[in-house]
Amino acid sequence: MSVLLDVQDLQTRFQVRKGYVYAVNGVSFQLDQGDTLAVVGESGCGKSVTMLSLVRLLPPAASIENGQVLLRGEDLLQLNLRQLRDVRGGEIGMIFQDPMTSLNPFINIGTQMAEPLIYHRGMSKSEALARSAELLGMVGIPDGEARLREYPHQFSGGMRQRVMIAMSMSCEPAVLIADEPTTALDVTIQAQIVELVKELRDRSGVAVIWITHDLSVVAGIADRVIVMYAGYIVEEAPVDALFEDPRHPYTVGLMGALPSLAGETGTRLTTIGGSPPDLVDLPDFCPFHPRCPYAIDRCRKENPMLEPVIDASDGGHRAACWVDIREVELEAGAAAGSV
Amino acid sequence: MSQTDSSNRAPLVRVENLTKHFSVRIGAYGETKATVHALDEVSFDVRRGETLGLVGESGCGKSTAGLTLLQLHRPTSGKVYFEEKEVTGLSEKEMRPLRRRMQIIFQDPYSTLSPRMTIGNAIGEPLWLHELASGREAQERISRLLNDVGLNPAFAFRYPHEFSGGQRQRVCIARALACEPEFIVCDEPISALDVSIQAQIINLLQDLQEEYDLTYLFIAHDLAVVRHISDRVAVMYLGRVVEMAPKERLFDNPLHPYTNALLLSVPVPNPRQERQREHIVIQGNVPSAISPPSGCRFHPRCPLAFEPCDHVVPEWREAEPGHWVACHAV
Repeated sequence: MSVLLDVQDLQTRFQVRKGYVYAVNGVSFQLDQGDTLAVVGESGCGKSVTMLSLVRLLPPAASIENGQVLLRGEDLLQLNLRQLRDVRGGEIGMIFQDPMTSLNPFINIGTQMAEPLIYHRGMSKSEALARSAELLGMVGIPDGEARLREYPHQFSGGMRQRVMIAMSMSCEPAVLIADEPTTALDVTIQAQIVELVKELRDRSGVAVIWITHDLSVVAGIADRVIVMYAGYIVEEAPVDALFEDPRHPYTVGLMGALPSLAGETGTRLTTIGGSPPDLVDLPDFCPFHPRCPYAIDRCRKENPMLEPVIDASDGGHRAACWVDIREVELEAGAAAGSV
Repeated sequence: MSQTDSSNRAPLVRVENLTKHFSVRIGAYGETKATVHALDEVSFDVRRGETLGLVGESGCGKSTAGLTLLQLHRPTSGKVYFEEKEVTGLSEKEMRPLRRRMQIIFQDPYSTLSPRMTIGNAIGEPLWLHELASGREAQERISRLLNDVGLNPAFAFRYPHEFSGGQRQRVCIARALACEPEFIVCDEPISALDVSIQAQIINLLQDLQEEYDLTYLFIAHDLAVVRHISDRVAVMYLGRVVEMAPKERLFDNPLHPYTNALLLSVPVPNPRQERQREHIVIQGNVPSAISPPSGCRFHPRCPLAFEPCDHVVPEWREAEPGHWVACHAV
C-alpha cells in the first residue's frame, strides 16, 4: 500500500495570556491508503488538535509552528485558503464528536447535505438532493427523500451522527477523520456507528483516522494505533502488537486502568497516579516521568525520541521511552499511585 | 471490596413499584401536555454492604431512580424503605435525619461544587448543617476526610478551580462522606473523567466502602465498570428494570434479550477476539419515554419478540434464585 498522508514534525501551539500552550510537539506519522489509524489519549493530550491541524481547522489562538502535512505529496500547510477549501470536505472528510452541535438547527438536513456535493462535485441542487437521499439510505436511514426535508432536532443522536457520516463521505474523500464520533452516544448506538464506519470503509477504501480515548473501541476498528501524551506520540504500533506487547509505561497504565467484561473481577485496577501535565513549557525531560513507575534518572533529564522498540514482534512498533519495561520487575502495587 | 456473597444480608434500601412521571409541555409553543414515563413500577433492594450496579442507556431512568429513591424527586407512586422504614410520604423535616445517612455523588464534578466556596467549607457544610461537629473538631474532620480521599489536608483553603476533574470528584466524595452516611448513590461518578483517573476513583470508592462499610447504588452506563465494582447488577430499559442478578450470573448468563444486546455492544479490548466475535448490532433507537411502546417496552427492537410482547407487560419474576427478569421469552 502506498503512503497517502505523510505528516512530518507537526508542531502546534496556542497563545495564552502567560505565553504558549504547547499542544502538539513534533508529531510525525503516515497513513496508508485504506488503512485505519486510531489515535488514543486522554483529554488534553493533543490528539484532536493534531488532526485539526492537518486541515487547519484551528481556533485563532492556535498556530502551526512547524511541520509538513503531505497528502499525496502535496503540503496542505502551504495551500492558500481557497485551495484548502477543496481539500476540506473533498479530499478529507470529518466527523466530530457531538452530532448535536455539528449540524445547523435552522437548516433542513437536505440543504446541509447537498451543500458539499454542489460545492465540490458541481452538482445541481436536485442532483445533490437525489444523491443525499441515496447516501442516507447507505448509512441506514430509511425513507431518505422525506427525511431530507426534516430538521436536525427531528433526528436522534445516533441518527444525527449517521447524517454527519453520510455528509463526510458524500464527496468520496481519500481520508476520513473521525474525532471521537461515538463518545456522545450510548453503547448500543456506538456499536451501530462503529459497524457502519467499518462497512463504509471496506466498501469505499477510504483511509480512516479514528480519534478516541477509549482503547476498547480501538481494538475493533484500527489497523494501527498511535498513543499520545502531552502533545507527543509516545507509542505507535500495529493494533495486535499494541495490545499484546505494549512498550510504553503510559500505554501499559491505560490498559491496566480499563475494567473489562471478561477476566477477573474483585481485583484492583492499576492506576496511573497523578494527572496529565500542563503544557505551558516544552519539557526537556520525559513528560510522563512524574507519573511513571519505571522512571529512571535519565527520564528526568532527557526527553526520549520515538524509536523502534527492541525485539518488535512487528515492524513499525515504536515507543518513546528510555526504559525497556520488559526488563523491569515492578514491586507489587508500585503502579498503583495516588495523588 | 466486593462481597461476592451478599445474598443473605438484610436489605438496607428497598424500592417497591416505584413510579415517577413528569408532566411536560411539548409542541412548538408548549401547547400540548404530555407525561414522561421516567420510572415505571421499579422494584429492587440494596443490601447492607453491597454495591448494586444500575445500568442502562441515557434516558432509561437510572438517574431518576437514584434521585427518587433519595426523595429528591417525590415519587408518583410506589414506596421506598430505608431499614424497612417507609420514607415515602415523610415531610422534608422528618426526612432530614435520614438524609444524613443517605448521600449522593453526582456525575459532573465541575458543576457540583460552588466555585465561591473553599473545598474545606464545601466538605464542612454537611457537618454544620447536621450539627455533627463545629469549630476545631470540624476542621479536624475535614482534614481527615481530605486525607481519606487522597488529597492533601492543606488543600482545604483552596477553591475548586484550582483542582482537576479527578481531584474535584475526590472532594465531592469527601463531602458525601462528611456526615458518615451508610448509603451512597453514586450517579455516574466517573463518566466525566479520563480513563486513568476513572481507575483511581473506582479504587478509592472500593477502599472507602471497605473502610466505612458503605452500601452503594452505583449508577453507570459503562458495563465494564459496573461489572468491576458491583456485587449485583440491575439493567434498566426505558423506565423499567428488565433484569437483576448477581453480577457473575448477569454477565455470564444474561436472560433478557436487552441485557444480551447491551453486552454484545460493548467493544472488547482485544483485537484478536474482537475480529472473531460475532457482531450482532441491536437495531433502532430507544423510543421516547413520552409514548413508550405498549406491552414490553423493548419489543420493537427485540429479536425474540412474539405474540404477547406487544400488548402484555411481562411480569417481574424470579427466574432462578436471585435472578430476576421481566421477559415473556424466558
